[in-house]
Amino acid sequence: MTVLVPLVVLVPLIGAALALVFPGRERVQQSITVTALAIVVGLGSTLMWAADSIGTLVMEVGGWAAPFGIALVVDRVSALMLTVSAVVLLGVFLFSLGQGLADGDEETPVSIYYPTYLVLGAGVCNAFIAGDLFNLYVGFEILLVASYVLITLGGTTQRIRAGVTYVVVSLVSSILFLAAIGLIYGATGTVNMAQLTVRIAELPDETQLLLNLALLIAFGIKAAVFPLAFWLPDSYPTAPAPVTAVFAGLLTKVGVYAIIRSQTLLFPDSSIDGLLLLIAALTLIVGILGAVSQLDVKRLLSFTLISHIGYMIFGIAIATSAGFAATIYYIAHHIIVQTTLFLAVGLVERQGGTTSLSGLGGLMRSSPVIAVLFFVPMLNLGGIPPFSGFLGKLGLFTAGAQLQTPAAYWLIGIGALVSLLTLYALVRAWVLAFWRPKPVTTAAAEPVKTPSTEALLLRKREEAMFERLQDAPDAQPTQKKRGIPKLMIAATVGMIGVSLVLTFAAGPLFAYAERAGDDLASPEKLAELVLETEQPNGGSGDTSIPGEEGAHG
Amino acid sequence: MTMPLILVAVMVVLFACGVYLLLDRSLTRLLLGFLFVGNATNLLIFLMSGSFGEAPLADSAAAEDMSDPLPQAFILTAIVITFGVSAFLLALIYRSWRLAQDREDAVQDDEDDIDLAKTEALTVVEVTDDDLAETPEFSDDDDDSEGPAVASERAASDAGEGKAR
Repeated sequence: MTVLVPLVVLVPLIGAALALVFPGRERVQQSITVTALAIVVGLGSTLMWAADSIGTLVMEVGGWAAPFGIALVVDRVSALMLTVSAVVLLGVFLFSLGQGLADGDEETPVSIYYPTYLVLGAGVCNAFIAGDLFNLYVGFEILLVASYVLITLGGTTQRIRAGVTYVVVSLVSSILFLAAIGLIYGATGTVNMAQLTVRIAELPDETQLLLNLALLIAFGIKAAVFPLAFWLPDSYPTAPAPVTAVFAGLLTKVGVYAIIRSQTLLFPDSSIDGLLLLIAALTLIVGILGAVSQLDVKRLLSFTLISHIGYMIFGIAIATSAGFAATIYYIAHHIIVQTTLFLAVGLVERQGGTTSLSGLGGLMRSSPVIAVLFFVPMLNLGGIPPFSGFLGKLGLFTAGAQLQTPAAYWLIGIGALVSLLTLYALVRAWVLAFWRPKPVTTAAAEPVKTPSTEALLLRKREEAMFERLQDAPDAQPTQKKRGIPKLMIAATVGMIGVSLVLTFAAGPLFAYAERAGDDLASPEKLAELVLETEQPNGGSGDTSIPGEEGAHG
Repeated sequence: MTMPLILVAVMVVLFACGVYLLLDRSLTRLLLGFLFVGNATNLLIFLMSGSFGEAPLADSAAAEDMSDPLPQAFILTAIVITFGVSAFLLALIYRSWRLAQDREDAVQDDEDDIDLAKTEALTVVEVTDDDLAETPEFSDDDDDSEGPAVASERAASDAGEGKAR
């Protein structure tokens, strides 16, 4: 079973290499990418089953025993993350196939899209299976470099502007992470997470706090928590719809996953739970207030994304196994539902030609299917009872109430309020985009009336659109109405289906999350397991198989 | 554990200069700042390896005389990553400079942000019954079937005009 662990990284990387060999031959590249992603989905679910029934899988790369070699660890948490990410990667990729990132966009270098997308997947998987702090850093770098390319795809003015912000902020967070690794190595003499559990506990409290905060800031930028989140709504919305969807679903969650790992495995007795609660509260409030004030659906969704990171941080701050369990379930739910919403917005953009609420309208009549496709994940994100969003929040609030501290009760109140405000922000967007009659531009520009702010705004937007048209032939807002490919609809429906699976299979999944939460709450077990596995896997057997795979590639 | 003071001083200066440059609006300075901070971080990792000694080759020296090879491996990895990312940044800066109308390699403002800040009221316009009455009804058919319908309508009106003439 441990043989399968490195394959989740190797398969996408080999796929990327193969896809790179066939530039310009889209069909070949597409089939390679789909195959690789489908294999990762299979691997992920197998690993999830194995981690649950057999136990945590530890793979020692090159056969070197744990503290010296690099350990790849798959426990219940990482297996679930792997599976959900793989499903999202595949779903979004099918969507982008339907959209045909190429159509009408002569300047978009599509050849590079497929390999980059696979490398992004490899980076995400590598971050999830890393049992080693430095390997986690490498995983982050792989996915970040791929994301730099994807976010500036086509190199239009808007994307370059957003890309610069995104790249620089990510670079700063990477450097901070690297410096934190350096400091941790200086303090403990190891970067293996299992060994760090033992050694960090022996450090003086102040040193622990310093190291903890250094890591928290680095991961906080990636996870987009409150004071470090303002790069996100600035940069994500400009990317192509599928890219935004996959970024929103996965990249911030990798940051959250890293925070979970560092808080449970490295600093289990940390004194910053109070700080985390505060961060969670501020992230929830500031994020959702940002969302309420937005005019652009993509930006609105980016802000809800930030806001909902607050729920996850809340779960981590509870720091009981119930809290971790709820967080894990919530992450799985949020990855899928946020991605689905962005995909639905991609459909809206294609149908309505824009994502600005001032320009949208009447979509209910012209495309009722999209209205439904937006409506279902909207209710889900807002936490309306039958859906997984409600179950996740219920789990979080129950775990919080068990703490019986005033801070936890405050957080529950804020969480409930934010859930309502999320619903408000999304319903407002839905009503403006779908329900109201389409705003007639000529009527808005009538000379008799004094122009309303909306008309002014529209006019400004039109001017901006024409400007952009001259700058970049492939700018998104100027897309004409075209028929929507079946595959795009199918991919979105599929993602909604997956989110409904989270609801229908909530019993077993929550039980799984609870077992995973127990794992997280007792890191000693994992540490023992990782440090004591030198004998059973006689190195050569494990390493030769990935080696052969590499040779095939 | 001995720490060469000069290296510490160099690291501090590099960090300080790097952070200062990172805060600049000019993208080229930003790149330089990133390189400085990156190298300062490499120095930090290097300093964290503890006391320095012989090259860490097997059987060439006693284990306690060797310097720690692991941080050096970290630094190598970090250097490669920094190199790749700076190459990408250079391309990004060049593209940004090409696109900027005023030939300035500075960080651009987000126009949507400015728009939003200037907006006085949000676009929630109350829909009155009059508005609803004015709104043309959409047919439930999709675009494709609408096309011919419109065309036939036009044809009909054309024919009408023809008759009038």
